[in-house]
Amino acid sequence: MSKAADFGRKPALGPGTFGRGPMQAMGMPVEKPKNFKQTIKRLTGYLQPHRYRLMIVFLTAILSTVFGTVSPKIMGLATTSLFDSFMSKKPVDFSYIMQILLTLGSLYLFSSLFSYLQQLIMVDVSQQTVYTMREDINRKLARLPLRYFDSNAHGDLLSRVTNDVDNISSTLQQSITQLVTALVSLIGILVMMLIISPLLTLVSLVVLPLSLLVTKAIATRSQVYFAAQQNKLGDLNGQVEEMYTGHVLVKAFGREGEAVKQFEIINNQLYDASWKAQFISGIIMPLMIFINNLGYVIVCVYGGIMVIRGSITIGDMQAFIQYSKHFTYPIAQTTSIANILQSTVASAERVFELLDESEEKPDSLETKTLPFPRGNIGFEKVSFRYIEDTPLIDDLNLEVKAGQTVAIVGPTGAGKTTLVNLLMRFYDIDSGSITIDGMKINELKRGDLRNIFGMVLQDTWLFNGTIWDNIAYSRPDATKEEICHAAKISNADHFIRTLPEGYDTVLNEEASNISQGQKQLLTIARAILANPAVLILDEATSNVDSRTELLIQKAMGELMKGRTSFVIAHRLSTIRHADLILVMNEGKIIEKGNHAELIARSGFYTELYNSQFNHSNAANQAR
Amino acid sequence: MIKLFRFLKPYSLTIAVILLLVFFQSLAELFLPTLMADIVDEGIVLGNIELILRTGGIMLLVALGGVICTILGSYFASRTAMSFGKILRSKVFTHVQAFTLHEFDQIGTASLITRTTNDINQVQMVLLMILRMMVHAPLMFVGGVIMALSRDVQLSKSIVVVIPLIALTITIIMVRAIPLFKAMQLKLDRLNLVLRENLTGIRVIRAFNQIAQEKKRLSEANQDLTETTIRVNKLIAVTMPVLMLSLNFTAIAVVWFGSARIDSGNLQVGDLMAFLQYVMLILFSLVMVTIMLVMIPRASVSAERINQVLDTVPSIKDPAAVKAGKESGRKGYVEFANVTFSYPGAEKPALKNLSFSAGPGEVTALIGSTGSGKSTIFKLLLRFYDPDSGNIAVNGIDIGKLPQKDLRAWIGFVPQNTLLFSGTVTENIRFGKQDATSEEIYHAATLAQAVDFIEELPGRFEAIIDQGGANLSGGQKQRLAIARALVRKPEIYIFDDSFSSLDFKTDARLRSALDQETANATVFIITQRVSTVSSADRIIVLDDGCLSGIGNHQELLDTSAVYREIVYSQLSEEEIV
Repeated sequence: MSKAADFGRKPALGPGTFGRGPMQAMGMPVEKPKNFKQTIKRLTGYLQPHRYRLMIVFLTAILSTVFGTVSPKIMGLATTSLFDSFMSKKPVDFSYIMQILLTLGSLYLFSSLFSYLQQLIMVDVSQQTVYTMREDINRKLARLPLRYFDSNAHGDLLSRVTNDVDNISSTLQQSITQLVTALVSLIGILVMMLIISPLLTLVSLVVLPLSLLVTKAIATRSQVYFAAQQNKLGDLNGQVEEMYTGHVLVKAFGREGEAVKQFEIINNQLYDASWKAQFISGIIMPLMIFINNLGYVIVCVYGGIMVIRGSITIGDMQAFIQYSKHFTYPIAQTTSIANILQSTVASAERVFELLDESEEKPDSLETKTLPFPRGNIGFEKVSFRYIEDTPLIDDLNLEVKAGQTVAIVGPTGAGKTTLVNLLMRFYDIDSGSITIDGMKINELKRGDLRNIFGMVLQDTWLFNGTIWDNIAYSRPDATKEEICHAAKISNADHFIRTLPEGYDTVLNEEASNISQGQKQLLTIARAILANPAVLILDEATSNVDSRTELLIQKAMGELMKGRTSFVIAHRLSTIRHADLILVMNEGKIIEKGNHAELIARSGFYTELYNSQFNHSNAANQAR
Repeated sequence: MIKLFRFLKPYSLTIAVILLLVFFQSLAELFLPTLMADIVDEGIVLGNIELILRTGGIMLLVALGGVICTILGSYFASRTAMSFGKILRSKVFTHVQAFTLHEFDQIGTASLITRTTNDINQVQMVLLMILRMMVHAPLMFVGGVIMALSRDVQLSKSIVVVIPLIALTITIIMVRAIPLFKAMQLKLDRLNLVLRENLTGIRVIRAFNQIAQEKKRLSEANQDLTETTIRVNKLIAVTMPVLMLSLNFTAIAVVWFGSARIDSGNLQVGDLMAFLQYVMLILFSLVMVTIMLVMIPRASVSAERINQVLDTVPSIKDPAAVKAGKESGRKGYVEFANVTFSYPGAEKPALKNLSFSAGPGEVTALIGSTGSGKSTIFKLLLRFYDPDSGNIAVNGIDIGKLPQKDLRAWIGFVPQNTLLFSGTVTENIRFGKQDATSEEIYHAATLAQAVDFIEELPGRFEAIIDQGGANLSGGQKQRLAIARALVRKPEIYIFDDSFSSLDFKTDARLRSALDQETANATVFIITQRVSTVSSADRIIVLDDGCLSGIGNHQELLDTSAVYREIVYSQLSEEEIV
């Protein structure tokens, strides 16, 4: 059940610090957010509590960058002094050099210190921010109506909580300060270069438009290849998923060779698309380096000539070389961060979308309690619809006395589960009222209401934990004896004891270490342990065969004694003795009565019943 | 991960070329400062503008050469890394095809899928990174030291001293960080798991009023992850400042000692400038490597997982000296003799000492409770598992001595979970017999009572079926799965609870069509419907893996208590007669 969510998903990258290099965003298609401004504003809201620390971060980042930017110029002073002594054949002025180097040393020291501080603080800020975000999601999940979970793919939800939040985490961790640093150094370098020589600056920056042009041209092209790669990767993942999940069939029909052949075709296509994508996007970096080197050569040649003419010093030329080398880097960085920011905002948007989903109506403020529920249930003029314009349940009246068994039957998709959804307030009714022992269910706390019920679903949900824990889920304070007792009643005890570690067996993630029928037995044990006033069995025995079903039914009969029970079943043999049978079709209750009454009516129920029990046939065969 | 690199063998020459190209690229990068030194020392000092221009021209050529080497290197690296991924994927996929159900259970289907797709992608990307950038650092180092030595041996010492120091620092940080990274990944997985459980179990969680408990569980996982992440990142935060500081202090040292060398006339100013740039280049390449080192632990986890798949030996292999299946003249004879089988790791056998035989023209129904071993019999017959003891023979030949393909070619299997593949209706039916003609496909669909609904699909037989048959109803899927088995015209049919989603009328029509089609075949059926069971030639009643009764309906009603119990659960006594 949870399998589908696993497939084809990117493995969630850890919220790591420098897991992604500056090149990652280059040439990859970027997802664009819908409402950039609004989302940024809201994202900033998350950073609000950390604003003082953020200010320190920005300050230290700026200082660290400024110190780093000034140092080449100072280093140049040393070179100039050395060059001058060399040219004038004087001894080197060691005390001056020492002085410069000491200044440099402290600049470097502070630069590193500040950059460390900045990162240290940012770690806390970013991680605490995403922590808050995840907690918000956590709280939200508890308040979302079931409607939301029923109508949204789990994979999508999971991806919002993991991939999108991770994306935000890495961006906060690195990209924001990187952006600040890049901008500051860009300005700083430009200023330093202009101070040294406006003319040389102009000449060396000739290559700048070239680098922008090249980056853009290649990035556009590589996006096409990346899209193709992504496409083929999707095909390949699909093929793998299908062939692995269908492995039994592939083997049974002897199609292994075919499967491999087909796989090879897609694999080859993927190879073709991906090496091109990787190669094209990989060209950007060398070309940038080349353009950078062009600038380097220009500075060396033209700067050299300027030194000869005496318009700049040799130390300035050296500083200039370093500046021009580092000038294109922040530019490239800024463009890549711009892309990262865009995808981050898109991620944030998805997270906020989730956080903005409309919630369940909160429990009413003055809730009542029902300390000893007896299980009288009434539906009065109940109307409900899932979708606005398609009425599903209209004006439903129903009275169930404590201890009665109500069976709900009908073909698949008839809406049998809807009644249960309403009864347990998974969905709220549109009009009318549902009462338990005369009390309206929306006057109770949802939690208290649900404590009245014990439920066994067809969907056998178990979690990654021991069998003890899984059964005790309905009553975490249950003793081991009580758990064993519940397991015995549900006939689960025997199989549990045959497991390698008995009750201590840890169910794996997909609970694939026990069979479907065994899972069902565990969920039944769980409901038995809860000892509820009202029992709901939603196709609870559809996964077990008739014999096991019989055993369970016996146990259930015992359990149902004195309790109101709702039984949804598609095997009609199990509900013949119900006090009341509701026959549903297309969302509506079309017939109501006990078995004998309904059979006598020769209506839908009779037809349904006969379709399942070709009993005349069985009788003939029995001769 | 290194173990996986054995698949790179056919590319050893290409890799050598890549290394050479990267080396040239490094040399080109290092050669530029050298030429710059010439500009300073010969051009500027002597005021020789013509020399400056000429050297500038050479520099351009060197830069061009460098970029050509880099692009070529990147080209070969892309091709090599991607085809490494291709080879690996193909190896894993082919290997997995030979797996039996045991290996699938062991590793898990979902996990196998991730291993074949995501894990291989991870490793492939890291290889690309290594080929493109990581090999750059050591080559840069070697080249840099050579260049430095050629300039000034004395001054080179400052580089040679600093680099091991830096390498040591990086190593210390990484040694501490890598386990933390692994821990972080685990905690992230934990968060995902709890979250996934929360989503899939939402109904149960709410029904049992455990919202608060689940919230706490998720919160704890979140807290745990956050704490570890902060610890890792704080440790990592040290790296960059420390590296930059060492780099800058090296530069200071170079200038200081360089000044003395210049003073004594052993070094020229241009050389010192070149030296400074060598230091930067070498150290920057080190920094790059450090950044990329972080990717390695993640990739090596992936590599481990891939290796695990490749190292798993399928438990069932075709015998070396196979008997050709065609030899025996008999058709459709199945015999189980004293078969005992336990699932791997299980305490109790799933089947105990089971013996029975079936022949052509006979219908054998299997009945028993969940876990009594009905489906296990089919899995053994199809040789998805081998029995612990006892013998299974088909047409008189021990199936362990047959090629698996030949055995399965005799069998038409309709599984419990009707699984269809994405593709057209025709393709899905043809899955049963590759060379089936369209008449054969139509015939099979007719028998399976599938034609009516197929005709209503858009495109009819060419209608596209979504993955897993998501766009069909349960009954429609079952009918296609039956058609898929029918088109094979096998000697042996296996229906594992294959009619459960059909309504009564379709069921009746299908069964009468099947009766004719399978008249001469051996048929095995698991079903919940007593009416179907009661008409079988032979009913095998299983209880807890043991044969509890065998015979026809009437015989079993008289002799088997278990059988009676099952029948009574579905029919009232008067109906059984």
